[in-house]
Amino acid sequence: MSLHGQVPPEPDLIQLLTPEGIRVEHPDFPLEITDDEITSLYRDLVLVRRFDAEATALQRQGELGLWASCLGQEAAQVGAGRALRSQDMSFPTYREHGVAWCQDVDPVTLLGMFRGVSLGGWNPNDNNFNLYTIVLGAQTLHAVGYAMGVVRDGAVGSGEKDRDTAVLAFFGDGASSQGDVNEAFIWAAAANLPVVFYCQNNQWAISESVERQSRVPLFQRASGFGFPGVRVDGNDVLACLAVSRRALDEARSGQGPTLIEAYTYRMGAHTTSDDPTRYRLTDELETWRLRDPIERVRAYLVREAGVGQDFFDSLDAESEALAERIREACRTLADPGPLSPFDHVYAEQTDELAGQRAGYADYLNSFEGAGH
Amino acid sequence: MSTMSMAAALNGALRNRMEADPKVLVMGLDVGKLGGVFRITDGLQKDFGEDRVIDAPLGESGIVGSAVGLAIRGYRPVCEIQFDGFVYPAFDQIVCQLAKFHNRSLGQVKMPVTIRIPYGGGIGAVEHHSESPEAYFAHTAGLKVVTCSNPSDAYWMLRQSIDCDDPVIFFEPKRRYWAKGDVDTDATPAALHKAHVVRPGRDATLVAYGPMVATALDAARAAAEDGSELEVIDLRSLSPIDTDTVVESVQKTGRLVVVHEASVTLGMGAEIAARVQERAFYSLEAPILRVGGFDTPYPASRIEEEWLPDVDRILDAVDRALSY
Repeated sequence: MSLHGQVPPEPDLIQLLTPEGIRVEHPDFPLEITDDEITSLYRDLVLVRRFDAEATALQRQGELGLWASCLGQEAAQVGAGRALRSQDMSFPTYREHGVAWCQDVDPVTLLGMFRGVSLGGWNPNDNNFNLYTIVLGAQTLHAVGYAMGVVRDGAVGSGEKDRDTAVLAFFGDGASSQGDVNEAFIWAAAANLPVVFYCQNNQWAISESVERQSRVPLFQRASGFGFPGVRVDGNDVLACLAVSRRALDEARSGQGPTLIEAYTYRMGAHTTSDDPTRYRLTDELETWRLRDPIERVRAYLVREAGVGQDFFDSLDAESEALAERIREACRTLADPGPLSPFDHVYAEQTDELAGQRAGYADYLNSFEGAGH
Repeated sequence: MSTMSMAAALNGALRNRMEADPKVLVMGLDVGKLGGVFRITDGLQKDFGEDRVIDAPLGESGIVGSAVGLAIRGYRPVCEIQFDGFVYPAFDQIVCQLAKFHNRSLGQVKMPVTIRIPYGGGIGAVEHHSESPEAYFAHTAGLKVVTCSNPSDAYWMLRQSIDCDDPVIFFEPKRRYWAKGDVDTDATPAALHKAHVVRPGRDATLVAYGPMVATALDAARAAAEDGSELEVIDLRSLSPIDTDTVVESVQKTGRLVVVHEASVTLGMGAEIAARVQERAFYSLEAPILRVGGFDTPYPASRIEEEWLPDVDRILDAVDRALSY
């Protein structure tokens, strides 16, 4: 007998809303949700997509140096983001604009690092949304450490709804190959930490397809680490919400980590510097367009929930107003001053760096008409 | 005042800070029941519990990465890296994440993380157990890098490092762990980043740190027998560097030899030489010389004593400086 048997078949996706907008039930993931709540999720999806499109446009206009679009991944992000409770902590990569939205981070704040006016620019504890992390997978270990603190603070398994805390760690199919992600799995499993690992498998790590990263479906990796893994239709906001809620609940109650693979598609380029026509076929994009995360919710709202045109018209207006606000705010984001790199390097400034700063200030002031 | 080994002094500092602040955690490999491979954390888990003295899964990136997350949550972790040559898997977490986080958060999240690293050679170890990686970290903005040379500094500098709201890379000269010295735990310590003149002299300045301070002092005693008075400076802080203390000494002696175990190219000696010639050019009577490891891998242990800077190599450099 060969040791190498058949690779298991690809599993069915957990789905609660089909691409055609038909509400379906899943025996393991019941979701009680009102049409008003679905309408609210739809609004999130539309506004996130509008913001994202505006940011891409701002890059094209030279207002941003770079943008990493979340086009196509709105449901995966909003579903996860709306499953968080106010005390939960989230650790994004650099593409979780939809999660930021759910955590009430002003979209303009996110633009700072892409415009080149900051290297991060917010306090992770203000909105329980960590700084964007560009080195792939590094943040999953930060999530693990944070969760260690949560456990030590007695904020797991107390049974108090507003106290028990989960940590949601985002990463992608590419980062799943990183050592840090695998270490994070090991740590979370060994200490039974309240972390939900949320992998948006958007099929592409820049030009490398997911087949370059793994010969098994990514969610199956969890079993080797000793915790459950599930694959959810990442373009189905209801399924993402239901699965995330369940995993976060289990984390808060002390049952330990879960890996969620949100199976989705990066409909845009990796970033505005990328050219996906060099490595993938238009057919693939067209296939995924039919699974669009927003259209299916709209179809449901129109056909099943009786939501009228007035709502969509008013949401269009809200979207345009948001885009306009972002556009204006982005253009007026001030450049940092030439001495700002010296700020906050240390909590306890060193004489050495203070001296460098003073020397550079003197140099700048030595120019005629210098106004520093 | 009591006499103790550097290992005991480090243990005492950890114990002191853990008693003072419940947010101080110790984490690393084998730091629990075993007390660390060098026994620096001996007895701490027994007294403070597995919650605060954490035997980590075996992954250095995980040790530092989770320390970053703990710091975001308000903790003050002290990480032990088992040996110098094992710190590299944590390099990204140290230089890209830990060092930059306070800056990236616009000063709103502090990273009071101490990373203890036993370093240097001279113990007859196999490869990757005798390295001196301090320059990598001293090159990185956002980190502070210090190293002790005696039990008293070990005690006070570790306490100060744990109290510091910035990440501190704390290098411990492992071959000096068992040397004893006086420690006054009621003293008022010197500032963490201040260099110390540990032997005054007028003819030439020797700058050393960590394991090489004792060797430099031996060299100065030998030179004295030949009639040369060497001033020995224990640098103590590698980032930031107390340049003033070194410059003042060179202005007096006119000659400088920098000693460290690390390879000389782009090492701490290069930086110190650059600073001194910028600030004390007209005081110099001779070129600044460096005595350090060669630009080779750290050698097999049977010949490490020949490879490492010793009294004779230091005196050879001093002779060249004096006779210039």
